[in-house]
Amino acid sequence: MIGLPALYALTGAMFAAFAILGLRDRSNPKRIGNAAFWGMMALSFLAGDLIGDLGNGLIVIALAMLAGAGALGRGAHAVDIAAQQSFAARYGNWLFAAALIVPAVALIGTFALPGTGLVDPKQVTLVSLGLGVVIAFAVCIVWLRPNPLESLEGGRSMIDSVGWAAALPQALAALGAVFALAGVGSVVGGLIAPMLPHGVRLAAVVAYTVGMAGFTMVLGNAFAAFPVMTAAIGLPILINGLGGNPAPICALGMLSGFCGTLMTPMAANYNIVPATLLELDDRYGVIKAQIMTALPILAVNTALMDWLAFR
Amino acid sequence: MILIGIVVIVIGFALRLNPLAVVVAAGLATGVAAGLSPLAVVATLGKAFNTNRYVSVIWVVLPVIGLLERRGLQERARVLIAGIGAATPGRLLTVYFVFRQITAALGLIAIAGQAQTIRPLVAPMAEAAAERRRPLTRANRQRLRAMAAATDNVSVFFGEDIFLAVASILLIKGFLEVNGIVVSPFGLSVWAMPTAVAALLVHGFRLWRLDRSLK
Repeated sequence: MIGLPALYALTGAMFAAFAILGLRDRSNPKRIGNAAFWGMMALSFLAGDLIGDLGNGLIVIALAMLAGAGALGRGAHAVDIAAQQSFAARYGNWLFAAALIVPAVALIGTFALPGTGLVDPKQVTLVSLGLGVVIAFAVCIVWLRPNPLESLEGGRSMIDSVGWAAALPQALAALGAVFALAGVGSVVGGLIAPMLPHGVRLAAVVAYTVGMAGFTMVLGNAFAAFPVMTAAIGLPILINGLGGNPAPICALGMLSGFCGTLMTPMAANYNIVPATLLELDDRYGVIKAQIMTALPILAVNTALMDWLAFR
Repeated sequence: MILIGIVVIVIGFALRLNPLAVVVAAGLATGVAAGLSPLAVVATLGKAFNTNRYVSVIWVVLPVIGLLERRGLQERARVLIAGIGAATPGRLLTVYFVFRQITAALGLIAIAGQAQTIRPLVAPMAEAAAERRRPLTRANRQRLRAMAAATDNVSVFFGEDIFLAVASILLIKGFLEVNGIVVSPFGLSVWAMPTAVAALLVHGFRLWRLDRSLK
């Protein structure tokens, strides 16, 4: 059965290719650092299940040290606009068709593959995404006929522009696991609960929605904040104390957490990685663009909870 | 003492140190503060890093996107939008928002995203739509790109919870069941709809303002 291991092998092979190609990029003065970083990622994806917890831990430390020491750089990265324009004119809208192969296969596979028994049904979307990448890449090789090295150069220069941020979401997920093990959530919840006013409904609702947003900003993940804040405020005060309807309280509480996700660098895959992908000067540019959407939605969630959950 | 990790993060981000190093340092500090031996902390971090590899799997799309960009994908996206008279950045991003919200509400979250659609297609299209009127300043180009990324995030976050089988709905259902309260996934997801509409109105208004500010 095809599941995550096959997908990890594919991703690991890609990182290994990026490491090797990176070494050849003489325009990048820090190419050894880049090669070491992507080589470590390749090792994690190819052999993570074989090298033990401590081995994986040493990979994490090595990645952090390379990033912290500023060991990653970028090549000269000359974009040949004239060539791209002439290619665009030659290939036309078929370029979109090729780009849509990946999402189309992900979509069809999600619905069609679970019944075949060939694919792990829990991971069917991710496996379908990987399958889409393989098909799209094969189509591009046959159709566009790049030379073998050129075929991966575009991807490599993109990953070098993302840099260390590529590993940040995964490191944050690991941090969340350590936080959960150490009981950080319940300690914070225990600090917040005694500060709440008693008997004032709107104050308790605001404490829950704003608390969800704020705690999500600290942890970077609404899923980690939800059990803590709901155990501290939602369940004892809003549901059991004030008799609120659990479904809208919890649903709107989670959505308030999502408002926090939009405003924190801790949610790196949504907020920091796009800033690097789009080559923004300001690492926090995406967060700044989102704040004025997130705050009004947080206010709406608070008002909706006060209005809908206590009827 | 357990909260030392949060302190490390806040100070590290405030000093603009490298976030990857800050996050790993916070994990080490928290583990030691919780009474684990240093080697056990490293092993805990490593185990969690290994089990969360699926978070980084999305990078596997880069070779396809990178190759197509080299063969003119972004340029073609610009040409396409430049030929549509009614196209403005705000309208384009609003259409994308609605598409992304509806597909996310149907559970189709991985079909688009920052690496898959925003960088190769949507951001260049928004820039081309703006350039139909006048050349973009560097600051406005950056603002437009940030807004394209924001549009993807907001539309997914406030669309996906309408879908019954999304992780957050299942997490809520599980949490309430442990505490003796039974709710159906549909009974939860229906409460995500008012916020979904509000998100469209709030972000749509901001996109309309974006168009006016670029005129």
